[in-house]
Amino acid sequence: MAMPGASVSPQAAPAAAPRGGLSQLGSGPSSTPDAAYLSIQDVVKDFSGYKAVNHVSLDIAKGEIFALLGSSGCGKTTLLRLLAGFDSPTSGRIVLNGQDLADMPPYQRPINMMFQSYALFPHLTVWQNIAFGLQREGLPKDQIAQRVEAMLKLVQLGKFAQRKPHQLSGGQQQRVALARSLAKQPQMLLLDEPLGALDKKLREETQIELVNILESVGVTCVMVTHDQEEAMTMASRIAIMSEGRFLQVGAPTDIYETPATRFVADFIGNVNLLPGTVETDESDHVIIGSADCRHYVGHGITGTLGMAVTVALRPEKIHVTRHKPNDDFNTVHGTIKEMSYFGSFTVYHVELASGARLKISQANTSRHKDDELTWGDSVWAHWSRSAHVVLTQ
Amino acid sequence: MAAHSMPWFKRLLSGRSAVIGMPYAWLLVFFLLPFLILAKISVSEMENVTFKDLISYRDGLLQLQLKLGNYVFITEDPLYYKTYIASLQYAAATTVLCLIIGYPFAYFMARARASVQATLLLLVMLPFWTSFLLRVYAWKGLLSEHGWVSDALIGLGLDQVLLALGVISTPGKLMNTPFSLVLGMTYTYLPFMILPLFGNLAKLDLRLLEAAADLGATPWTAFWKITVPLSKAGIIAGSMLVFIPCVGEFVIPELLGGPETLMIGRVVWDEFFSNNDWPMASAVAVVMILLIIVPLALFNKYQAEAQEAAR
Repeated sequence: MAMPGASVSPQAAPAAAPRGGLSQLGSGPSSTPDAAYLSIQDVVKDFSGYKAVNHVSLDIAKGEIFALLGSSGCGKTTLLRLLAGFDSPTSGRIVLNGQDLADMPPYQRPINMMFQSYALFPHLTVWQNIAFGLQREGLPKDQIAQRVEAMLKLVQLGKFAQRKPHQLSGGQQQRVALARSLAKQPQMLLLDEPLGALDKKLREETQIELVNILESVGVTCVMVTHDQEEAMTMASRIAIMSEGRFLQVGAPTDIYETPATRFVADFIGNVNLLPGTVETDESDHVIIGSADCRHYVGHGITGTLGMAVTVALRPEKIHVTRHKPNDDFNTVHGTIKEMSYFGSFTVYHVELASGARLKISQANTSRHKDDELTWGDSVWAHWSRSAHVVLTQ
Repeated sequence: MAAHSMPWFKRLLSGRSAVIGMPYAWLLVFFLLPFLILAKISVSEMENVTFKDLISYRDGLLQLQLKLGNYVFITEDPLYYKTYIASLQYAAATTVLCLIIGYPFAYFMARARASVQATLLLLVMLPFWTSFLLRVYAWKGLLSEHGWVSDALIGLGLDQVLLALGVISTPGKLMNTPFSLVLGMTYTYLPFMILPLFGNLAKLDLRLLEAAADLGATPWTAFWKITVPLSKAGIIAGSMLVFIPCVGEFVIPELLGGPETLMIGRVVWDEFFSNNDWPMASAVAVVMILLIIVPLALFNKYQAEAQEAAR
């Protein structure tokens, strides 16, 4: 029986096909594609009794862009700091490319970090900021100059080499920070809220540009963000974190379309969560009864008859009409109580007979409709047999 | 009513100019004016117990008489310029010592937990609760023969080290030496170094040190490449607060310096009150002030230009 979203193992399998091309970076033994490049093994970080990171395990493949997503205080930043070496785990192991990082101070790790709000050295020029890490390696001067120039070109900041950080815009500072963290050609790059300090418009443009740069370099990335759009656009896989644990690890589509728990369904995007009980349990479908309708779900679940479950239904997967659909299942009737117009789509809040409210989002595909839905209209809502997910926890 | 249409005296009393104007007025009345009086005395001729007027009008002739002899004398008599150099040297040595002792203290104070920090800050201020005269007197007792600091230093053989450094001239005798003088000044002025440094270091963004470590800098390198350059303003402020008063210091050389160490403050005192030669004393004082102010002004100008260039 297929079981989307009944339980999730915290030990996620490494991505089958990591994103990004062949890595130019990183040394050491050539690994088979399936082998974990970074392996986090049962890591715990205890802050005097409070487990900020609580038995977390994760494998990341070479070249992957991995996102840790969660609200503030979920432990994602602590985990990133454990990887960077600013804190050391209470127990557990972190292995990068076959090398145990346990007792390695941050200045010896082959890992670089792009800091939240960048932490650029204010007394050094852009050039000196990028050269800082290379100078610590004791590289010859001409090599440093060459590498810095290449980095400046990569982030298109050649003209600004002699400026100080405070003379740059937020977007330019962000690119200096990126260049500085990539200059040493690290085996792994950590990104702490990489776009958090930029405004919305610039953030959207920069997301794609950043991913392009990271993929052209081929570096393995772990990023931390509280912005789900950022995580979904940039990362090949995402871990949803809450209270120091991974709730679900998977590709963005997996997490959005087949959330494992109510928490994850609710955390990512918008969702209608409808409580119900299992009425029919067949191998190819189940029927769930809830207050306002009977749900026909086109896949099996692991559960028993009469079991209390939650049906998760995304607002954009519901169709709203004035006419009663020709289907006994997946159909509800209600009244439009609220309407929010977002330009490209409109969200309707439809109150059902039981008093529950259903969020429905409809794309505005034409400019004017003759018969527009509005407040107080009596409407029918309908969705397909594969639109929803049954959650048991 | 718009500000520019107000009568000038009202505008002068309006909030902002009053706040800025008060300290200016204070400095004008109690610093610039006395300085000008001093400058005037330094070029005046004595006439019995009063000074001759600089400008006289006799027989249709307006005369400006400036007696520059005192200034010429300062450049000719080695006593004066040697004393100036010695004063600058003692002040510089004190500044360097305060920096060496004060920087680590300020650094760890800035990094300490908030509760500890408050205590440490209190400890830095604590000496101010007793008159500094009394505290300098106390050093007299500690450093004189059979004073316990003196005994301890001699017992450890450190007087030989001081002798080798040339800051004392007789083994076992610590009082009235350059050593006791600089020790006393360092002791007195240390808080003036620590406080501005602390204020500066407490503001340092610790993520910059993490960024440095992340890029491969050991804590030692990060300190010299990041912390020290970023605390430059604190180092300069602290050094000025120590150096400037030390150059003209009078009480500490008088109590701890003895006849071996002549500093310019004592020369001024002697000229005023032993020789009663006010014009000469004023000239010495004016040169001392210029000696400090001119390099400072040049430095400030350079700083301002550097900041302007960075913009």
